[in-house]
Amino acid sequence: MNKMDSKDFDLENIDISWCPGCGNFSILKILKETFAELDIKPENLTVVSGIGQSSKTPHYFKTNTFHSLHGRAIPIATAVKAINPNLTVIAEGGDGDMYGEGGNHLLHAIRRNPDITNIIHDNMVYGLTKGQASPTTMLGVKTTLQVDGVILEPFNPIAFAIALNASFVARAFVGDIEKTKEILKKAINHKGYAIIDLFQPCPSYNKTQTFEWFRQNTYYLEDAYDPHDRIEAFKRSLETEKLPLGIFYINQRKTFEENIGIYNENKEPLSFRERNPLKISQFIDSKLR
Amino acid sequence: MTDISIVLCGEAGQGIETIEDILTKYLKESRYNIFSAREYMSRIRGGVNSTEIRISPNPVKAYVDRIDLLFAFSNNAIDHLKERISEKTIIFGDKEVVGNLENVVDIPLLKTTKKIGGSFYLNTVTAGVISGLLNLSEYELRNFIKKYFERKGEEIINKNLEAITEGFQLAKNILESGISIKAKKSEELSRDIGKDILFSGTEAVALGALAGGCNFISAYPMSPATGVISFMASNSKDFEVIAEQAEDEISAMNMAIGSWYAGGRGMTTTSGGGFALMEEGLSLSGMTETPVVVHIGQRPSPATGLPTRTEQGDLDLALYAGHGDFARVVLSPGNLEDCFYLSKYAFSLADRLQIPVFILTDQYLLNLQYNIPSLDYNKYPVKRYVVKTEKDYRRYELNKTGISPRGIPGFGEGTVVQTGNEHDETGHSTENAILRKKMVEKRYNEKLNQLKNEVIYPELLGGKAYRNLLIGWGSTRCIIEEALKELRDPKLGFLHFKQLYPLPREVMGYLMNAEKVIAIENNASGQFANLIRRETGFEIKNRILKYDGRSFSVEEVATKVREILGE
Repeated sequence: MNKMDSKDFDLENIDISWCPGCGNFSILKILKETFAELDIKPENLTVVSGIGQSSKTPHYFKTNTFHSLHGRAIPIATAVKAINPNLTVIAEGGDGDMYGEGGNHLLHAIRRNPDITNIIHDNMVYGLTKGQASPTTMLGVKTTLQVDGVILEPFNPIAFAIALNASFVARAFVGDIEKTKEILKKAINHKGYAIIDLFQPCPSYNKTQTFEWFRQNTYYLEDAYDPHDRIEAFKRSLETEKLPLGIFYINQRKTFEENIGIYNENKEPLSFRERNPLKISQFIDSKLR
Repeated sequence: MTDISIVLCGEAGQGIETIEDILTKYLKESRYNIFSAREYMSRIRGGVNSTEIRISPNPVKAYVDRIDLLFAFSNNAIDHLKERISEKTIIFGDKEVVGNLENVVDIPLLKTTKKIGGSFYLNTVTAGVISGLLNLSEYELRNFIKKYFERKGEEIINKNLEAITEGFQLAKNILESGISIKAKKSEELSRDIGKDILFSGTEAVALGALAGGCNFISAYPMSPATGVISFMASNSKDFEVIAEQAEDEISAMNMAIGSWYAGGRGMTTTSGGGFALMEEGLSLSGMTETPVVVHIGQRPSPATGLPTRTEQGDLDLALYAGHGDFARVVLSPGNLEDCFYLSKYAFSLADRLQIPVFILTDQYLLNLQYNIPSLDYNKYPVKRYVVKTEKDYRRYELNKTGISPRGIPGFGEGTVVQTGNEHDETGHSTENAILRKKMVEKRYNEKLNQLKNEVIYPELLGGKAYRNLLIGWGSTRCIIEEALKELRDPKLGFLHFKQLYPLPREVMGYLMNAEKVIAIENNASGQFANLIRRETGFEIKNRILKYDGRSFSVEEVATKVREILGE
């Protein structure tokens, strides 16, 4: 019995700038349905994005939005959640944004473990800047900039996250709307940092990794798979013949907001608390005089 | 000699900071006015560092070159300070360490500390020696030490008490040999200065920020600015402030911005090199009209420069950082009171106009401490400007006030949409030329206009009916003020700026009234004098510039001003 409908997230008069056939359209639909099914109201949702085609997504549905700088969504999202833990906070961007420009923030977000959901649209190419290699572009792929083909070892976000003992690690594919929604719901409900590497095709600049390619080259982790086994998760993350989809790893641990101690006794978000001015004079009188 | 300058000099790791801490607190309790300042090398052990402690019956707030009593703890100490040592300087040192020099009064610190349990006790023995030389009460120092080492356990307390006794005995021997030191306590009758506030620039900035409602600070450690976040981390639960060490300065800046977006009051603290990495974030603050407070503790640059030393070299950086046009404010405290008040003010100002506000300090100011009677906690009352959103809330509403009411996520029925792209009133991206122009004018022209109506005026010190005028900003204030007293020239004024940008309109009037204007700055180019030229067209030709990584001294300013004025 859901009170909300994905239409509650509709915005009027929007001019979507994605190319026809872009995987982002499916992601937009998936996100609206997921939030509606989780009964998260637009005013209690905050989507922080970086720069890129994927980072435009929060402009196309109703939500609090901070469309920020290339690679910087994670630090902003971390602070938003810390100041107001009542908000559902999403950090959204592409493979270039999160794995390239924002790589250091990704690394440390996994360590810090804020209760945010990090969605990475992974199309293995740069869209907004027109077709250069991204950190996940496969070896040998030729672009207008990598003229002799990519020579950098592709980044494996799943293995990376498991190696860092991330709290929740998953991979999904936009071609499977229901399965992706299911993974996203678990990620959002998970208490702690959740990373979802979300495969999507780019019809303009990636002629190899099409919807069909993803269907042929992926498989879902079987029902009996135990996401709490880190070694097994790591093994699966290294598979290349066919790329596994689903929830690789769950490691429930204390979140950043729990660890900072500000909310242990008082659950009121910092955004609504006011400091008693007497605290300053009392401190000075008792400690500095 | 009633105003005494004591200098402690030795290697890093010898405990000079502990001596400074014990002495400044105890001497203040004993009703002396206290000032201390540090110069140190960028190393954890060895090298040579020194700390100056001034004690006086009258308030002392500035660094002097003069050394009355020098305590040399290492063999390189005397050489390190040779230019500051005069025939009047009494040098104390262990001849086993500093060598058998004629002008050194021998104090067998090595033997004494060995007897107690090791060099670890050098600091307490020295505190005892100095207190003994100043004829202070051994009984009261013992009580102070008991309290000071309260948490360290009985054994440590007893060892330190033994160190005090030994220190007083050493002092007694010195005094019996004919050396006499006359220090005078404060004769202040209206208050007990023993109950004064004694704190550092670092503590004043941190407490001011907390008084301004700061509840989030993110930073990447960098000298000399780290102390501000460390102070907040130590008192995080008490003040309900999140103090987070970010993975880099880029993250620190973006976290601070994110905290404001969500309804917090965030700041970051860094030095020039760290701030260089934050520029992109500064621009985001400007474009998205998200307030942010940035504390830059300046040190000599470029690049790594001199990490532990001082300079006023980052004004240009703060003024011009960030791509594009947007309004900002640059504040620069001149004394500890300013550190507190301006850091407090920065938050309400940033909130009201939705702009970045800078607080520019430096190593000299952050590390110095002195006593002040009180603070006015009602000055710059904290104001919050966040609005509850309606269903049709538009983050960048264009209205008559020039300021779009700022909502935050989760407060009201609306959604708050911000973007670093050019945007329309709803916060969604646009390439509309008319809107672009309006938004630029709101972010830059309108805010700058509003700012010009509420600048913090410069203070005119010294001769009000001046013929010649000194210009200074930020941390040099008390040094120039004391030099001014020394110069005893009723026709010499000193205009001190604590708001550097925007400049108050009245500046030109002050400058035109002077025959000679002299800018005094701790940098190589005269960055503030250049700003005055840019804003007013007035060229300050006489510039006293210091860029050797050290702060000015009172004597140095007085001498250089005399040279220029031809007296």
